[in-house]
Amino acid sequence: MQTLINYTLYLADNALILAQRNAEWCGHGPILEQDIALTNISLDLLGQSRSFYQYAAQLINAEHPSAMPATEDSLAYLRDVFAFRNILMNELPNGDWGQTVLRQFFFSAYQFPLFERMKHSSDATLAAIAEKSLKEVTYHLRWSSEWVIRLGDGTEESHSRMEKALDELWTYTGEIFEPAPYEKAAVEAGFGVDATSLKDAWMERVSNILQEATLTVPAPRWMQTGGKEGKHSEHLGFVLAEMQFLQRAYPNATW
Amino acid sequence: MSSVTDISTRQVWDLLEEVTDPEVPVLSILDLGIVRDVKVENTTVNVVITPTYSGCPAMDVISMSIRMQLLSHGFKEVNITQVLSPAWTTDWMTEAGKEKLRAYGIAPPNPTQQVCKMELFVDDEAVQCPHCNSWNTRRISEFGSTACKSLFQCNDCYEPFDYFKCH
Repeated sequence: MQTLINYTLYLADNALILAQRNAEWCGHGPILEQDIALTNISLDLLGQSRSFYQYAAQLINAEHPSAMPATEDSLAYLRDVFAFRNILMNELPNGDWGQTVLRQFFFSAYQFPLFERMKHSSDATLAAIAEKSLKEVTYHLRWSSEWVIRLGDGTEESHSRMEKALDELWTYTGEIFEPAPYEKAAVEAGFGVDATSLKDAWMERVSNILQEATLTVPAPRWMQTGGKEGKHSEHLGFVLAEMQFLQRAYPNATW
Repeated sequence: MSSVTDISTRQVWDLLEEVTDPEVPVLSILDLGIVRDVKVENTTVNVVITPTYSGCPAMDVISMSIRMQLLSHGFKEVNITQVLSPAWTTDWMTEAGKEKLRAYGIAPPNPTQQVCKMELFVDDEAVQCPHCNSWNTRRISEFGSTACKSLFQCNDCYEPFDYFKCH
């Protein structure tokens, strides 16, 4: 049961932290339509994280009955940095529009094959969330792919910014396919998706899009890891400080 | 032969026809196709609903509206369950619902699923302008004022409009 809880929280945290980062663009997008596009994607990710947190809360309460049961809100608002399992890439500051778009592309290119497999998971709830989310991720992947191509194969300025973003983010992509102990256990238990098995599909899609964007796939390099096991960069604390402020300052506040 | 339960089940469906989507108030939740099942046992009702999109903020309001509607019509206990599978699709929208959308100024979803496929830089199949009925329209953005819509503009009357996108 603990494996299922950990694995579900990993999926939830990935979606929530990227939703929060993308939401920072709300009102700041380069043009109105794309501001709306990114915040729509943010909302989809938030919705996905809610489904995963609701399930995790149900599992936690079954396993550890408590006078203060876990809820989707307590999991999002009342855990501290070390309890979050999201990959480091998702907590990085947004950078410019190009860097935000490239990160969304890298993440969607991971979620797409992940949910394609997870919709056949032996765990019915994970399978249902994956089936639902996959339709939305299809939109995210199309949108972000098009923007990577548009900017990479755009002006001299947009091309050089995409090169810089690629160099900045690439070091964080390896973690996606480096399974944490709970991911390995989830695969052994039959309900998880083997992260290492997604790497080829991811790399093929990423290479094709980068090539079309006239960008070069970086040479293999040392990869940054740790987020999946709660070892985060200094950035996550700032994300949580803003996201959790209200519940920390005014416990149990509701709209 | 219809039992009491059949009659009250039908009554619940009729009552749900009056519950509207807060973001597209011309549509009932039955037009949208998000009510998946209704079961009645004495004065208890179980309603199963499914969200259009994972992050749809209207779901909480819709659940509340269903509850209010049924409680105010004499049902003592209302249980609302959300299911995700099978995932909602615009194919579940009623023809009546599509007509209501058009009259409201929102282009209803086309029956195909082209936009859900992965090809890049592909335009939608033609979408008809709900204002002047021209087919000469273009997509401005795949993402619109709510998760379920995209933004279009008519090349003939120049009016921008929402398109309830295929999903």
